[in-house]
Amino acid sequence: MKNKFDVKDTGGDGWVYSAKVEDHFFHPRNVMNDKLKENDFDAFGEVGSPACGDVMKIWIKVKNDKIIDLKWKTFGCASAIAATSILSEMAIGKSLNEAYKITAEDIVRELGGLPKRKIHCSILGDQALRAAIDSWRLN
Amino acid sequence: MIHNPIYLDHASTTPVDRRVVRKMTPYFADAYGNPSGLYGHSREAKKAIDQSRKTIASFLGSKTEEIIFTSGGTESDNLAILGVARAIGRGHIITSKIEHSAVLNSCRQLEKEGFTVTYLDVDKEGTVKLDQLEKSLKKDTILVSIMYANNEIGTIEPIEKISRIIKSFRSKNKTATPYFHTDACQATLYLDMNIKSLGVDLLTFNGSKIYALKGVGVLYIKEGVKIAPILFGGEQEGGLRPGTENVPYIVAVAEALNIIKKHNFSIELKMRDFLINNLLKIEHSHLNGSRKNRLPNNVNITFDGIEGEAAILYLDKMGVELSTGSACMSQSLKPSHVITALGCSDEAAHSSLRISLGRDNNYSQMKKVVDVISETVVKLRKMSAVYEK
Repeated sequence: MKNKFDVKDTGGDGWVYSAKVEDHFFHPRNVMNDKLKENDFDAFGEVGSPACGDVMKIWIKVKNDKIIDLKWKTFGCASAIAATSILSEMAIGKSLNEAYKITAEDIVRELGGLPKRKIHCSILGDQALRAAIDSWRLN
Repeated sequence: MIHNPIYLDHASTTPVDRRVVRKMTPYFADAYGNPSGLYGHSREAKKAIDQSRKTIASFLGSKTEEIIFTSGGTESDNLAILGVARAIGRGHIITSKIEHSAVLNSCRQLEKEGFTVTYLDVDKEGTVKLDQLEKSLKKDTILVSIMYANNEIGTIEPIEKISRIIKSFRSKNKTATPYFHTDACQATLYLDMNIKSLGVDLLTFNGSKIYALKGVGVLYIKEGVKIAPILFGGEQEGGLRPGTENVPYIVAVAEALNIIKKHNFSIELKMRDFLINNLLKIEHSHLNGSRKNRLPNNVNITFDGIEGEAAILYLDKMGVELSTGSACMSQSLKPSHVITALGCSDEAAHSSLRISLGRDNNYSQMKKVVDVISETVVKLRKMSAVYEK
């Protein structure tokens, strides 16, 4: 990807990540939980592989072409968890077309930057979301 | 911020023992002379180095002339491996796949210089395969470098058996080589360090793992083993390691060894077993390394479905400091080469946590550690995309 990322290499600050990342990592929003059933949702998307250390799963509920709910699960480091969490907030309420356009760059910017070496591996969330939207469109 | 976190990363570095601090302090602002000088300040510094060298030699059962001071474990490993190889000029080197990067990357450097290297496999507990070692020894093998104990999984390697294999190869072929180097950085606190019973020709250890300081290392080089220097300058350390000696740090290493001789580590051993027994009660957890052949302070466990870096940060928040073999922790973003060498998946390496205990830890901390780790594992598994109950 190009250098367009609003990257703030936060290594060397008090915490390894930005305050926003810290907040979403320790207090993740919209995590899929045991009480919810997968078939309560309209579509599902998944990317990554356990071998490379990041796997993201996203479930969406769609009404009138809008994402009215999104839940996720992530296997990955702090930035991966925070990225999926913040993506869930960004996507809920958006139309499918708008949500489809959310990029990795948008997520990094919203998080207030990520250490450079973390950007590549942690930002799979946008792909997982597009996979979920694609699967909804196919059905 | 919790001001009194429980520190469980002694394999990474130890605190400096206060007795060590007391012993070394005079050599900063008072006995600060360059040991090479002839006047009082220098004589005092020289005396301190000589005395320290004696203490270290007696700890290892070596001669004082066989002890070289360096800037740390990395430099000692480099000097041993590059030094032996370059003094001979060509040949074959044997090491293992689970060595510290200071050893592995020295060997990789030598491959670029035309040497050949065999990286031995380990079994699922992390023990070097001796039959493979025997088969790998060739007439042009100049050096074998195998660690005494592994820094990640705590497995203790059969150094005496390895040296016997090497010695019988030498006598059969009537050669002086291969020499045998061991990186003993993790072993110094707990295992027999007598070079005669170990049967090694070179041995590395350092200050940062033994309650002395970062930035100081020792290399034992058996009399008669030729090595080429890797730094060039003055004639200190017999020309093998130029540069003004780091007097207070050298004093610190000697004092740290005096303390090791008196220290009883049975409590560390008991705490280790308490942690292993209790942490393995968490479902879908597996011990990495050997249950029996293990450093008294090492615990390394894979908790399926969690990622190590995320776990470390949760634990840090709750006041427990430890380490992981996960790729996400490393600058290279590669999972631990040690855990994957055991035959485990990359995923198992990502999900591994390492605890390394120290003298300051106590039982009541261990109970908290088990609770906090259990809680973290549950929390992360709840949001994990790869964990199925």
